[in-house]
Amino acid sequence: MEKTWNNKAWFMVLPVLLLVAFSAVIPLMTVVNYSVQDTFGNNQFFWAGAEWFEEILHSDRFHAALGRNLFFSLVILLIEIPLGIVIALNMPRRGWGVPVCLVLMSLPLLIPWNVVGTIWQVFGRVDIGLLGRTLEALGINYNYVQNPVHAWITVFIMDVWHWTSLVVLLCYAGLVSIPDAFYQAAKIDGASRWAVFRYIQLPKMNRVLLIAVLLRFMDSFMIYTEPFVVTGGGPGNSTTFLSIDLVKMAVGQFDLGPAAAMSIIYFLIILLMSWVFYTVMTNYDAER
Amino acid sequence: MNFSWMAWTLPTALFFLTILLLLIGMAVWEYFSPGGNPRVGVLHFETTRGDRLFVSLLGSAFIHLAWLGLVGPNLWWALALSVVYAIGVFRFV
Repeated sequence: MEKTWNNKAWFMVLPVLLLVAFSAVIPLMTVVNYSVQDTFGNNQFFWAGAEWFEEILHSDRFHAALGRNLFFSLVILLIEIPLGIVIALNMPRRGWGVPVCLVLMSLPLLIPWNVVGTIWQVFGRVDIGLLGRTLEALGINYNYVQNPVHAWITVFIMDVWHWTSLVVLLCYAGLVSIPDAFYQAAKIDGASRWAVFRYIQLPKMNRVLLIAVLLRFMDSFMIYTEPFVVTGGGPGNSTTFLSIDLVKMAVGQFDLGPAAAMSIIYFLIILLMSWVFYTVMTNYDAER
Repeated sequence: MNFSWMAWTLPTALFFLTILLLLIGMAVWEYFSPGGNPRVGVLHFETTRGDRLFVSLLGSAFIHLAWLGLVGPNLWWALALSVVYAIGVFRFV
């Protein structure tokens, strides 16, 4: 049957276009508009040109927050991806263990960000938290409120606890899609455990791993709620990520112009990263 | 309707109008030459006309930021460089 082409069908998407324009496009345009102006409140705006962009690009505060963000994303990727693969490889493929593992793995993902933050905020406290008290009893001087290294470790562990499951579930989905015939062939060839992983499991997981890396990178690069609840960006500014800094600037100091300029730079970095990942993923698919 | 509370300025309006005109231009181009003209360029992967516009715009944004950060606030040269860059992208990518 021949497909009917009717360009009037485009009018059917008009409502959703209007909705997206109202909720996303126009707000983004407003941010661009604010980024070139200055305001002292009372809805009075003054033209500032590229001044805020220049200020942000030369700001040590911005460089430090960006560096922290990149460091955070890099470390959690280096932990979560290998850990997710190892857990997925060790999960049962059949039997009653499958649903149990899947539910256990899904649980952290179902908890809202601010609740995760609160859980770890309480868990790590030296006075009433189980982790804090236990570490203290073991003689380890742990205090994430005052020690920047401890604050970083807490934020890392919290993110690993919250999001490794996503990598596990994606890898597991890749692993269960491998037909048994592949493993049987490997067995006949006398392949080692490492060879099975390297030449059968890893290639089959490649696609989902790319998705996992993309999702985890994007999410960790935009992280806000959990570290904000746990450390509030502190001690000092040691765990102040770009998003936390942005909120401080826009809501705390009401510096709309610099905050808008910073949002745009932040948005452009994320857009560039997303495009690179997306291009790598789609071209990898095309090659296969 | 009064939109003065949104504090729009002429430069931002011109900026968005340019983007809008680019999109309309691309739609017209697509109407007369459908399919997006996919090809493999210097980046060694397939790009369509839309991809090339996206790469041009994103690259231009970073050219402007780099100019602001490394050279100075006079962005006309950055704009000129972006136009050259966009022509290069449409020609070779």
